Amino acid sequence: MDGRFDVPTLDQTERETRKRGVVRLKEFGRRHPTVVASAAVLLFLIILTIAAPYLSSDPLDISPRNRLKAPSSEHWFGTDNLGRDIYSRTLHGGRISLTVGLGVGVLATLIGLVVGLVSGYSRPVDAVMMRIMDGWMAIPEILLAITFVAITSASIQNVILAIAIPEIPRVARLVRSIVLMIREQPYVEAAVSIGTRLPKMLLRHVLPNTVAPLLVQGTYVFASAVITEALLGFIGAGTPPEIPSWGNIMADGRKYFQLAPWIIFIPGTFLTLAVLAVNVLGDGLRDMLDPRLARQM
Amino acid sequence: MWGYIVRRLLATIPVVGVVAVFVFLLLHLAPGDPAAVVAGSYAMPKDVERIREKLGLNEPIYIQFGKWISNVVQGDLGDSIFSEMPVTTLIAQRIEPTLSLATTSILIAIVLAVPLGIVAAWKAGTWIDHMVMILAVLGFSIPVFVIGYVLMYGFSIRAQLFPVQGFVSIRQGLIPFLRTITLPSLALGLIYAALIARITRASLLEVLGEDYIRTAHAKGLQPRAVLLRHALKNAAIPIVTIIGVGIAMLIGGVVVTESVFNISGLGRLVVDSVLARDYPVIQGITLMFSGVYLLINLMVDISYTFLDPRIHY
Repeated sequence: MDGRFDVPTLDQTERETRKRGVVRLKEFGRRHPTVVASAAVLLFLIILTIAAPYLSSDPLDISPRNRLKAPSSEHWFGTDNLGRDIYSRTLHGGRISLTVGLGVGVLATLIGLVVGLVSGYSRPVDAVMMRIMDGWMAIPEILLAITFVAITSASIQNVILAIAIPEIPRVARLVRSIVLMIREQPYVEAAVSIGTRLPKMLLRHVLPNTVAPLLVQGTYVFASAVITEALLGFIGAGTPPEIPSWGNIMADGRKYFQLAPWIIFIPGTFLTLAVLAVNVLGDGLRDMLDPRLARQM
Repeated sequence: MWGYIVRRLLATIPVVGVVAVFVFLLLHLAPGDPAAVVAGSYAMPKDVERIREKLGLNEPIYIQFGKWISNVVQGDLGDSIFSEMPVTTLIAQRIEPTLSLATTSILIAIVLAVPLGIVAAWKAGTWIDHMVMILAVLGFSIPVFVIGYVLMYGFSIRAQLFPVQGFVSIRQGLIPFLRTITLPSLALGLIYAALIARITRASLLEVLGEDYIRTAHAKGLQPRAVLLRHALKNAAIPIVTIIGVGIAMLIGGVVVTESVFNISGLGRLVVDSVLARDYPVIQGITLMFSGVYLLINLMVDISYTFLDPRIHY
């Protein structure tokens, strides 16, 4: 469709490559508008939270005279019951949410990948592993996470671990199903017949096939982790109050909801926006990487 | 078919075992002394000793597990550390609001989502389809507690159509019950509905591409009959599966929804217990929720044999 059957001269190929950068980006944007738009929103949120200290005041600054002030030119998003600036707290809170989302996404995907690869390649391990995964998945994610945080302490590392643990079996099952499918492919049989060793086999033939689905799954894990983190903060089991997160800002606003709904609505809006952007990005990536599936869904 | 059901039941046993081990070990996985963890940072040494005694933590871990599991099998989930009441009694006291909330949420979600999914698949590619899909993505992305507060603000505080918080039992009348349960169920059911609508649409679209659907059209059946009798029936398995899998999501959502709407059900009980580190209660409720999840998915698996006679293992 793009003249793949013409044989271009070397000169043409080179010129094409140079031109392709800009054209490609435009073309990409036209073909996958949702991917570009959601990535842009996500990037904007990330920059906003990274630059939080330069864009806003101290999120812990207490000002009793300015308690529960509605949004104004002085406090863009209003203040909470201690007179703390919600704009500043929300921007700083995003750091925790997005860090936890990213941490969980990476951690759960990597561990799940290893478990899934091993499980998909060894039948005895698989039989045991899948029963363990089934049991693991039966325990509600949130209960596992809040219990874990409650018995350890609510540091950021522990929150990441607490949310990653319940996500692992989901990733592992996905990887396992891909491995089982790949194993039956003729090219893998061919590789076996010429005596390819297992580690090389996994690395060269199986791993590359897991990248696209894992990338998609990773975005969903990210979105779910951001929600769970906020949830932990909201019920008072998340990071300690001196570290603002979208969840614990909302928790502070619970008692004052009728008087000052902005304490809940503003971080809630940011939370929703972030989750929405990640989910749309995930759907877009899925459609982009697997057009066969896209036509069905 | 009965052979399959029996085998499926037997296959559940090791999974239940894994759940029990996980729930039991959770406390012991924590670094340090479990009794100190349960007692909290401000406990006196004699309190720690009392809790260690009470939880039987002086014994070897396999004996502890053996005792615990034999009690669980006999329906004894232990006693709460703080209220000193049996965990089963605490659960019994709090189960009604949670059960009501879950049931109404499931009903609302199915009644809303299945027709929306069908319409979206039927009108695939049109603006109706796009609207439904946008709603589904939105529903999937708005956290339960955010939508809960939005509904509460709009319908309770502004429009004053519903009470702000609380729960009234159905035994005190249908109208007061519905007044308190509607908003929480909508909030909780939304994400579930989004999931079901998406799967219904996807699964129907796949079936609509099959040859026998073309045959049905060709032999002059009413389009509606083709859609509902031929397509929907064959698309039912993924839909029923997701209804089962989604229960896990619903259980998680219950915990939050109860906090937002101040409903004192099991979700609130577990949050309070976690904050107080009342471990026997956490263990009991976690075990119960996991059991419910396994049971529902077992029923879903068994229902396959009725939905699709081709399935017999």
